[in-house]
Amino acid sequence: MNPSAEKNPTQAPRDLTFRILRYNQHLPGDKPRVQEYHLQEALGMTIFIALNWIREHQDPTLQFDFVCRAGICGSCGMIVNGEPRLACRTLTRSYENPEITLLPMPVFELIADLSVNTGKDMRRMAERVESWIHDPEQDKIDISALEPAMEPEVAEEIYELERCIECGICLAACGTRRMRKDFLGAAGFMRVARFYKDPRDKRTADDFYEVLGDEHGVFGCMTLLGCEDYCPKQLPHQEQIAFLRRKLAST
Amino acid sequence: MNIIYTDHLVIGGGLAGLRTAIATKERGQDAIIVSLVPAKRSHSAAAQGGMQASLGNSLMGEGDDEDVHFGDTVRGSDWGCDQKVARMFVNTAPKAIRQLAVWGVPWSRVQAGPRHAVINAQTVTLTEKIEAHGLITARDFGGTKKWRTCYTSDGTGHTMLYAMDNRAIQDKIPVHERQEAIALIHEGDVCFGAIVRDLITGKLSAYVAKATTIATGGYGRLYSTTTNALICKGTGAGIALDTGKVALGNMEAVQFHPTAIVPAGILVTEGCRGDGGLLRDVDGYRFMPDYEPEKKELASRDVVSRRMTEHIRKGKGVASPYGYHLWLDITNLGREHIEKNLREVKDICEYFLGIDPAVEWIPVRPTQHYSMGGVRTDENGMAYGLKGLFAVGEAACWDLHGFNRLGGNSVAETVVAGMIVGERVADYIEAHQIDIGTQLVQRFLKQEQEAINRLMARDQGENAWELRNQMQEVMMEHVGIFRNAKDLEAGVEKLKALLVRSQKIAIKTKATGANAELTEALRVPKMIRLALCVAYGALQRTESRGAHAREDFPARDDANWLKRTLAYWKNPGDLLPQLKYEPLNVKEMELPPGFRGYGKANIVEHPDTAARLAEVEQVKAELKEQGRHAIQAKLMPVDLPLRYQDTNERLFRGRT
Repeated sequence: MNPSAEKNPTQAPRDLTFRILRYNQHLPGDKPRVQEYHLQEALGMTIFIALNWIREHQDPTLQFDFVCRAGICGSCGMIVNGEPRLACRTLTRSYENPEITLLPMPVFELIADLSVNTGKDMRRMAERVESWIHDPEQDKIDISALEPAMEPEVAEEIYELERCIECGICLAACGTRRMRKDFLGAAGFMRVARFYKDPRDKRTADDFYEVLGDEHGVFGCMTLLGCEDYCPKQLPHQEQIAFLRRKLAST
Repeated sequence: MNIIYTDHLVIGGGLAGLRTAIATKERGQDAIIVSLVPAKRSHSAAAQGGMQASLGNSLMGEGDDEDVHFGDTVRGSDWGCDQKVARMFVNTAPKAIRQLAVWGVPWSRVQAGPRHAVINAQTVTLTEKIEAHGLITARDFGGTKKWRTCYTSDGTGHTMLYAMDNRAIQDKIPVHERQEAIALIHEGDVCFGAIVRDLITGKLSAYVAKATTIATGGYGRLYSTTTNALICKGTGAGIALDTGKVALGNMEAVQFHPTAIVPAGILVTEGCRGDGGLLRDVDGYRFMPDYEPEKKELASRDVVSRRMTEHIRKGKGVASPYGYHLWLDITNLGREHIEKNLREVKDICEYFLGIDPAVEWIPVRPTQHYSMGGVRTDENGMAYGLKGLFAVGEAACWDLHGFNRLGGNSVAETVVAGMIVGERVADYIEAHQIDIGTQLVQRFLKQEQEAINRLMARDQGENAWELRNQMQEVMMEHVGIFRNAKDLEAGVEKLKALLVRSQKIAIKTKATGANAELTEALRVPKMIRLALCVAYGALQRTESRGAHAREDFPARDDANWLKRTLAYWKNPGDLLPQLKYEPLNVKEMELPPGFRGYGKANIVEHPDTAARLAEVEQVKAELKEQGRHAIQAKLMPVDLPLRYQDTNERLFRGRT
């Protein structure tokens, strides 16, 4: 017998209530409001499944974003019962209370309902921190020859910092970003730390200071660390912010 | 009238699209990418396994080279692939991976000295050589003779996509996000760009370009259960088909993976079974040994998927609100092994099922995974039927994969095709000037706008999502893992009926922009036409080859079916595609047709096979002294872009 069946004796499915903030600026006359939806919980139901069910069976006008629905693409950040989360991998049964409130993430440009424009901000971030390997010689490397060696643990360290999926949850959870819209935020700091760690990138601490040295950079952080608390990839934001401050303070 | 001019319009911002755009940009041309989503959110990020390239750095990869990779790829395709394309691909893959290393991918590296590995459920010690220390390492994968699959911990696709998009940002290539190409602009036999709809504002623009590249990924979402992202709807192939001029190749070639979780359809890796995991049915019974006494759970992907389906049909599936499934049991591997070696599986189980796979079974079922078919192109990536139109990656039928794709060859294809085809696009742009009247652009814009207006004006009619869901069920039920004439015929009829109904879709959402219902309504008729290409192509192909398994025609019939299906949609009012066939030339093959090595050999031989086999053996004997490169060039010369013609260096072997 399947062990999970033994652990979960059959019980009546719950009735869920979703309270969703609605507003579509492209719909003439639309006003912000909270709309309520009711549906029956199913086995393994995530917020992804619930929202699609609502849209396909109750209200086709509802707008939201999902792409991979597997927790890896970073498209579906939203505020679930007050906390920023990836909706695709949030199980409804993780909430004891069957009433779930959904809001779009703050900080980002609202597209409609639960859909916000994180992509635009992330491209701007990548341009600002110049999110690529800086090496004037790189295009002279012969790609038919043996590749330059890299210590295995260095490769692993870089990967650990590159696991950010640009979902924007760190920014939605960031007190400083609420006050200063040009504050770079944890995703940007993590990107800088990733390239700082990479021996292929020839930028110096001085070069990075140019990017991070002002109040919109790493010294502007109020260290509330919502980023650390809510990052769906459990990236070491606190440690990297401290690391960058130490490195840049000494330049 | 909003018109944007560029040299190169790329539709799709995943690995293939980005790499093709980079190729032309770095030749000094303008490129614009339009993408449904931000580039870094593309489905390329989901690639778990890795990228095949015959570097041969690690112990278990020693002796690997382009020739071994070529043989694996052709056999994997069940001889359905274009061997010239496969040859260009295997020769360029080592360069692609090394270039990505320069661009920032933190590939996992060889650690010199002894380490433990599990091979065939036995723990063995492998001792890596000191000279290989720090070079790119590789892991084992199905259907390969060597350990050739390079990877980045558990995030290969993610790191590749991020390095590639970062390079595109460095090159200042604009990515117009949340834009959907809904029609190609064309006249005579030339493509001039695309009509693009802004998914935020709903406004239409015309992108006029000297060259247009379709890189929109696969059509997995034609099926109700798929590992593919929600955006993999084949719409790039759809707009190509809608021209009435462009051919789609081998649309019936669709791969299923045995173990995706239910209901989410998210893939759990083959490593679960490789490490000793078992498949169980509704009674908790381990059923695979009854079907495949020798290989059991570790038979090839297509075989396991077929056996699981058979068992569910016998009434041994587990009922759930999301349909029948079976169990994957990895509890026997122990918590330590799972938390150390199967970290991503544990995460998926925790987040999507709320279960602990160390003590609970995982609900799984065979799930659509990869589209071998797509926009049929020549070796240079140019589409059949329209000049100036190219296709790359999963969206294309360049035909690297034939009727079955080898694991690890998909992300490799995206990058390699981007490199090779990108050069050909740049050559084309250099040689052609655009000559197009604004009247033509206006006509296409007007046509699309009017179609949208008609949809928006209809108050009563069909529901787009309901039609889509029905289509997906038909595909799953009738055009799935096992196929036969009776089911396929019924499936085709149901799809035809759905296509008729799709002309009557009504929209309840009256927003001009940010309108998911309208977006879906525009896609659904295209998707049903693609589904008909798959179903009708499968019905006509009366043989079994690779992933196309006909219960009523179990033999691989080289005598009659060593040919590629080409599907055209000649008139908008048609209810079926027009099929043509393109023979594969055995006389030009570097590796003539043979036995793939699974199950019993059941092949109707092609009349040219024996003669070509003898010829190949003769050439190999004659040119033995001159080495493998000379033999290869004699057997099947290929034309790679100049910058990718150098031979690849390997440890201890140099460039031999």
